[in-house]
Amino acid sequence: MLFDPEVWQITLLSLEVSGLATLISLVIGLPLGTWLALGKFHGRSLLMSVVNTGMGLPPVVVGLFVALMLWRSGPFGDLKLIYTPAAIVIAQVIISFPVVTGLTAAALQALDPRLRLQLLGLGASTAQMVLMLWREARLPLLAALMAGFGAVISEVGASMMVGGNIRGQTRVLTTSIVLETGKGNFDIAIGLGVLLLTITFLVNWALTVIQQRGAKR
Amino acid sequence: MIEIHNLHVRRGKRTVLEVGHLQIAKNEVLAIVGPNGAGKSTLLLALARLLRPERGDILFNGKSVTGESDLAFRRRIALVLQDPLLFDTSVFDNVASGLRFRGLHKSDIQPRVETWLERLGIAHLKNRRASELSGGEGQRVSLARALVLEPELLLLDEPFGALDPPTRNRLLDDLRHILPESGTTTIFITHHLPEARQLAGRMAIIVAGRVRQTGLVTDILNAPADEEVRSFLAAENGKY
Repeated sequence: MLFDPEVWQITLLSLEVSGLATLISLVIGLPLGTWLALGKFHGRSLLMSVVNTGMGLPPVVVGLFVALMLWRSGPFGDLKLIYTPAAIVIAQVIISFPVVTGLTAAALQALDPRLRLQLLGLGASTAQMVLMLWREARLPLLAALMAGFGAVISEVGASMMVGGNIRGQTRVLTTSIVLETGKGNFDIAIGLGVLLLTITFLVNWALTVIQQRGAKR
Repeated sequence: MIEIHNLHVRRGKRTVLEVGHLQIAKNEVLAIVGPNGAGKSTLLLALARLLRPERGDILFNGKSVTGESDLAFRRRIALVLQDPLLFDTSVFDNVASGLRFRGLHKSDIQPRVETWLERLGIAHLKNRRASELSGGEGQRVSLARALVLEPELLLLDEPFGALDPPTRNRLLDDLRHILPESGTTTIFITHHLPEARQLAGRMAIIVAGRVRQTGLVTDILNAPADEEVRSFLAAENGKY
């Protein structure tokens, strides 16, 4: 199985799609989580509750919503994104960014609130203060990144619904496992499952090494 | 010279701080003394523009700083809080942080940081991680981090409050020399009278959000302005 080029194409696509979705989630979630943690505005608690609810969004519900949006007759049908890797990325971003946002906010709120006063009292600009706070919270922030990646590399419902599991185009590891199990090819399904777990482990291992290198001794 | 005029801070509908006029001469160390909850830290935060007063003006050398942006103003001062609140990096990087915020070049930062590490007796800790330091070492790093900025006004909020008495006395003794030598104008908050006596020439007594008396430490101790000041001083004197 490991010598089958199709398996590698599927694996690579899984990594590309989930990696890109995680990256986009980070770009959205890190500033949004920071704003939620540090900002003072009306409706902050409500927004925080929405984000926390979003952390547990069922992938099939996200898949349904994105499918409706991207369906040929849907509001974004003209973009012709349904059953493309881009559609999977969109769905996975919706699954992942609340996780990154919520955990970013929690990580920054766990810091001593006087740290902000201290940074400003030493002449830090707002941007410098935020960068320093991210640096101080780098361990839980990396955990947020791992959780965001974990949420999308392992999901199957949304990928199946908006990607369509098209061979050579939108088939990813999780949808392949579902397909092979359905066909009764348990040996292939188990092999793909082991491959998925191995990849997830390797990515998280790399992030953990970075995280622990920065851990307090 | 630094002057504070008519400073009012409100929390909700309540005025928590009211300072009519307070003046600090260049190179002077002024102690702000008062019981817990008197408004000492509120005054310090207002002076650092970390909370917005309802009204009032601060003058540096006769010139109002009201028109200056918060950032520009904060880069003229430095703040040290009761806990060192060090960043999770090396001692050197901690002390260099404020200079980096100001965009100074690496070649300018290194000698300045090393000078201040030396002056505070922590040069040997330069490469040590901040999380490995003792409370006293941490507070020395925190003071070096502020003093290296050569601020026009140094604000100290009970910097010895969390230290054990021998560590506090050693640090107080060092600061008693360092502050006049470096010519740093300092406002120093404490509720510990011996600290005020050791470090400051003058003190201002705040009770219930108002400055009740300002003057030489010995003069105030000998002749408190009113009954509240007298009872505060008596209670504090009784502790030591």
